[in-house]
Amino acid sequence: MSIFFGNLSLSALPHEWFTIGGTVSMILMGLGVAAFLTYTKRWKWLWTEWLTACDPKKIGIMYILVASVMLFRGALDAAMIWLQQSLSVGASHGYLDAGHFQQIFTAHGDIMVFFVTMGFLFGLINLIVPLQIGARDLAFPFLNSLGFWLYLAGAILINLFFVFGGEFAATGWLSLPPLSELAYSPGVGVDYWVWSLQVSGIGTLIGGINFIVTILKMRAPGMTLLKMPMFTWTSLISMILVVCVFPILTVTITLLWLDRYFGMHFFTSSFGGNPMMYVNLIWMWGHPEVYILILPAFGIYSEVVATFSQKKLFGYVSMVIAALLVAGLAVLVWLHHFFTMGAGADVNAFFGITTMFIAIPTGVQIYNWLSTMYRGKITFSQPMHWFLGYVATFTFGGMAGVLMASPAADYQLHNSLFLVAHFHTMVIGGALFGIFAGITYWFPKVTGFKLNERLGKLAFWFWIVGFFVSFVPLYILGFMGATRRLDHYDASLGWQPLFITAGVGLVIISFGVALQVWQIVMSFISRKQNLDITGDPWNGRTLEWSTPSPPPAYNFAIIPTVTDRDAFWEMKQRINTDTETDKHGYTDIHMPKNTGMGIYLAGFVFIFGFAMVWHIVWLAIVSLIGCVVCIIIRSLDDEVEYTLPAAEVEKMEKLKTGYL
Amino acid sequence: MKPKYKFVILTILFSLIAFFLLWLTKNSNIAVLNPKGLIAASERRVIVTSLLLMLLAVVPALTMLFLFAYRFRASNPKNNYNPNYSLDSRMQILWWGLPIAVILVLAVLTFKSVHQLDPFKALNSPNRPLTIQVVALNWKWLFIYPEQNIATVNFIQIPQKTPIHFELTADAPMNLFWVPQLGGQMSAMQGMSTQLNLMANEAGEYNGSASEINGKGLAGMRFVVKAASQEDFNSWAQSVKNSSKPLSLETYSKLAEPSENNPKALYSSVESDLFKSVMMKYMSGEPEKSE
Repeated sequence: MSIFFGNLSLSALPHEWFTIGGTVSMILMGLGVAAFLTYTKRWKWLWTEWLTACDPKKIGIMYILVASVMLFRGALDAAMIWLQQSLSVGASHGYLDAGHFQQIFTAHGDIMVFFVTMGFLFGLINLIVPLQIGARDLAFPFLNSLGFWLYLAGAILINLFFVFGGEFAATGWLSLPPLSELAYSPGVGVDYWVWSLQVSGIGTLIGGINFIVTILKMRAPGMTLLKMPMFTWTSLISMILVVCVFPILTVTITLLWLDRYFGMHFFTSSFGGNPMMYVNLIWMWGHPEVYILILPAFGIYSEVVATFSQKKLFGYVSMVIAALLVAGLAVLVWLHHFFTMGAGADVNAFFGITTMFIAIPTGVQIYNWLSTMYRGKITFSQPMHWFLGYVATFTFGGMAGVLMASPAADYQLHNSLFLVAHFHTMVIGGALFGIFAGITYWFPKVTGFKLNERLGKLAFWFWIVGFFVSFVPLYILGFMGATRRLDHYDASLGWQPLFITAGVGLVIISFGVALQVWQIVMSFISRKQNLDITGDPWNGRTLEWSTPSPPPAYNFAIIPTVTDRDAFWEMKQRINTDTETDKHGYTDIHMPKNTGMGIYLAGFVFIFGFAMVWHIVWLAIVSLIGCVVCIIIRSLDDEVEYTLPAAEVEKMEKLKTGYL
Repeated sequence: MKPKYKFVILTILFSLIAFFLLWLTKNSNIAVLNPKGLIAASERRVIVTSLLLMLLAVVPALTMLFLFAYRFRASNPKNNYNPNYSLDSRMQILWWGLPIAVILVLAVLTFKSVHQLDPFKALNSPNRPLTIQVVALNWKWLFIYPEQNIATVNFIQIPQKTPIHFELTADAPMNLFWVPQLGGQMSAMQGMSTQLNLMANEAGEYNGSASEINGKGLAGMRFVVKAASQEDFNSWAQSVKNSSKPLSLETYSKLAEPSENNPKALYSSVESDLFKSVMMKYMSGEPEKSE
């Protein structure tokens, strides 16, 4: 180990086909973007308009862009997993060895959870929540920027092993010890895992605090808690869960790191350590994490169903109670992930039954959505398609979930492909379809033009058919005794046709993804014909639709006063009798200044993570000092806001009205 | 396209997919649904009963979904839309009551089944139980028969209709032991002993596997459980005793070294209290060996 380079040596540079491939594609992507920016002379524009932005609408878009890139990375992993499992039967051992195969599914899981689903959700929450509550900005705009950059730093760290080290964790997405301890995983793979999750996890925690404060303190006058839109409610609950459980993740990973770096024995099997403690801790975070992903999606479905049925959401209070119950139960059920670990019958029964209770509020939400549709005037726009697809898939996934909540059944289904199919149904059918519903629903609001409906619906059908073709075989394979994470199996078992079918499903899904990309390209090209001029393309119900599309940086020139639950819908009903907006004049608006400090700080954190992976002590210390210096500079900066004078606001508003 | 036709096309498409999948599985053994053991049969009963009960809440939901989507579509000329119409809020009693009722019944069944099928619980049988000690190694299974004083690797022979009492530990990262046709999984962990009680109802060969990730040899940790008559078992045990290889501490530490895709192996005798000493290794504070 050298003082200057730590454990880093030339042998860490890429020398296998997949690390070379990863490195080259990362370099090519970077060069492509750089060339485009240079050619169009947009470097400065990128820096001042986007990278340093503290506007949640811009940060939201950046979250979604990064999450989309990571979705392709995660999908590529999925394809490689399926290819291996379709080929590696009997005498054939496929094209991957076990070590590489295990790294791929570990990366697939971590990327899809931490960098795709979380990224999309934070993006949507950033874009929509301030608009829904009638706020001009977040409580802590700079922290929001920092949270995004930490998320991106984590995303880069999880891909950096392609360039340095060539090895990711081969331990499964939660890196359970003793396998993840130094004794069994001596390479840098687990260290990359530790630091990418640590860095992005802190970004998530910061974001969670920010949104809780924003939602609780910055709502428009008159918007009491029980007048908040459902998406804001579920985002709030999800963020409360973030603040409750992400510290557990941070501490657990820190303890694992202490084991690995300083030879401590928190989770080793000997010297008094206990791996079961890690399993408990990681699932105390891991199970609520699932609900952190799904709750905002529930909120999106509530908005979509009410809007496209043109009716008030049925049972609003009941929905809020249901979402709170889901969150409350979410922290009480972690043990159901390891019923097979030898806990007594009473312990297993307690955690099994509390898990089943979650089905009650979830079921209530579905019934309430159906009641909202009852006697509505339903238009089947893309978001409504995703909602229907969600109910169709999620109910089956939910049945599988309640089934596995019964410990006696779980003994037979645990860690089988049945489980894999179950959680993919929940995350794809629940969270990802919700994200797609949200993106297609709010796309006109964010960009100012509508998405092509025909291509979007076609993409939906590819997705839904591909989904069933992919995952129903996995449910069956689970019943056949196929366990997860197998890189090879015997031909006599008769599993291969089902694995191949699942792969066909993946191909169908990828057609859906291609159509979605094509849809965005086509919609962008013909955007002039599809402009959202009114700002309210769906006859919406909540405040975000009262702003122009895209909204101005300050969201609302005049903060609306809220009197009803579906604030904007009610305003539209009263529009002729009451012109309350005209009663007030424009006032000065205080806006956060752009700052690059989020990038600098996250940059130092990134370097710190890298230094820790490779044990480069001096670099870790230097970057840590850099972090502290950044924080001090930022804390001493008093001029973080600028004022938009009332006259300027009036001019901008007039311009807009004139233009329309 | 008319919504009716769309619905018909979809129904046909998904039925075709379903039939295709059924056809694919016609020659395969759907192990969990084809139990050959006392416990596995009970566990299948739990699975089937729970699923049927849940359908009570799921079928109405899915029926209403498609019915409402069809009936209340904007293009329906018979649509009696009213923006201010709301179902009676007393409907909430039904919407909460239905899932609560289903889940409460399920909870009672679960409470019963989890106690009845507790893996640690000894099975009732006129036949005397046979104890097998299981050690999960990197990457093979070691099975010790303390009463017969023999051991095997990646192979278990058992008498049918006799309770088998497994004691499990690991001398490698934690693992899960699973013979789907006989019953559910149980963890094997370093420095700890867990228990699993199974019984084969009929003679046959059943696949077993490891289901927790434990390193690169995971996929090769398959084994076979052969259930046959008590006489067959006795003569098999005798033949193993007569074979040449004993499992001494030395052979054990060689066996415990990482190796993949191990063939079946038999040992004529076992170092006394090997299982216990493997377990105690982690109690005395001896550090884990690096690969």
